[in-house]
Amino acid sequence: MDLETLYRTEYGRCVATLTRVLGDIGLAEEAVQDAFAVALQKWDQPPPNPGAWIVTTARNRAIDRLRRESTRQARHAQALLLHQPDEPQEVGPVRDDQLRMIFTCCHPALSPLAQTALTLRLLGGLEVGEIARAYLVPEATISQRIVRAKKKIRDAAIPYRVPEGAELPDRLAPVLTVLYLVFNEGYASTSGELLRTDLCLEAIRLARALAELMPDEPEVIGLLALLLLTEARRPARVGPAGELVVLAEQDRSLWNRELIAEGHELVRRCLRRGQPGAYQLQAAINAVHTDGPATDWTQVLALYDQLVQHVPTPIVALNRAVAVAEVHGPAPALAIIDELDLPGYHLLPAARADLLTRLGRTADALAAYDEAISLATNDTERAFLQTRRARLA
Amino acid sequence: MKQYLLAVQLDESAPAPSDREFKEQMARTGKVNDEMRSAGAWVFAGGLVSSHATTVVRPGNGTTTMTDGPFAETKEQLAGFWVIRVEDLDQALAWADKCALACEAPIEVRPFDEYSQA
Repeated sequence: MDLETLYRTEYGRCVATLTRVLGDIGLAEEAVQDAFAVALQKWDQPPPNPGAWIVTTARNRAIDRLRRESTRQARHAQALLLHQPDEPQEVGPVRDDQLRMIFTCCHPALSPLAQTALTLRLLGGLEVGEIARAYLVPEATISQRIVRAKKKIRDAAIPYRVPEGAELPDRLAPVLTVLYLVFNEGYASTSGELLRTDLCLEAIRLARALAELMPDEPEVIGLLALLLLTEARRPARVGPAGELVVLAEQDRSLWNRELIAEGHELVRRCLRRGQPGAYQLQAAINAVHTDGPATDWTQVLALYDQLVQHVPTPIVALNRAVAVAEVHGPAPALAIIDELDLPGYHLLPAARADLLTRLGRTADALAAYDEAISLATNDTERAFLQTRRARLA
Repeated sequence: MKQYLLAVQLDESAPAPSDREFKEQMARTGKVNDEMRSAGAWVFAGGLVSSHATTVVRPGNGTTTMTDGPFAETKEQLAGFWVIRVEDLDQALAWADKCALACEAPIEVRPFDEYSQA
């Protein structure tokens, strides 16, 4: 394994452990970076357990660094370090460190963008530049957000621990939201190209880690299943010329069978538990879409009926209306959509356009396509809508 | 242990509560105070007169000038505060929850700068 791959896989883990030992994320990051710099000079071949080597080296570098500094904080950290027994290398505690780190990064006292950026940097091991490119913002913006968030974590004493009991549901929600948003940003990015595969894969990797760490949380399992079942269809979602292909027209032989099997198994696990939640229901909907040669829309609608209870938002109501159209026809679906208020959201006029087309109201459909085209933010979706409109005109 | 300021932000343009509402608020905040004391978190608390009674003293050229009114002319003004001593932000936020419900106003939670405490 080369050092770059190792950095990507071990950085987050080492920083998480060092943060527990040092009590400060900034110090931990500096120490881990120092240790990788030493590795670059010293290694011909990585040692058998490179992660452990990095943690030990980082710890020693941190002690050296702190000895040179004389601030109160440095003395405090040094005292902590010297009284720490040898760092634990068993799997358990190291995993706990990563779990602590996820909850600290996604603490509700931090802004959503900061939560996402910190999670990608500290758990995903992504460089600031990579995060900035993924979100199409200047590197300085991400860098500032991360610096400010780390300062707030330290100065406001945002705890480095896994919330327990009654607190957990409230704290788990932003963690799941961050992973979901990272995936979504990769899947249907808000601008430019349609897919950013690296973000999708990173979200899945983190969701897998979280599911391994919290196997008894049905919503965590539900999120992982949702991401896997969505990712499984990716190869069929974009056609040879880079154009968007809708579900009904996708070549199902291109779907990733392994991911689908894994996703279905997870959905069954959730069903056995019988504690449905928003992510589990969305996963179940995607399980129906990926089951057999065609979608069973009656089942999809039944699941959307449940989802709308859990997440009573206009976006869920819009998606439910699409299922209503398949089961009960376009007219009742249009009646639902016309009640919805989703200003600026291109998928609402896009869905209207489709229903109006089916109802034979061509002029209204063309107007709805025009509205959708003017609101779409990424090139692929805009091109897709233009093709649809052209077919009609 | 860290100290946090829990600052009560009150919309001064909103109508004042009725006597009964006010008494109920005081009873509720009194309870929170008692709870903080028995948990060992309470350091200090107090309510402030509304911002019309505020004066700002500014330094400049080795002397000071005084102006009437609060520093920032915004609808929401500091109406009172708690100083508490707890383990971390999560504990401070748990108290802020109770304070916000008791006085029916947003609570700003701010950590004290440990290096500048007298």
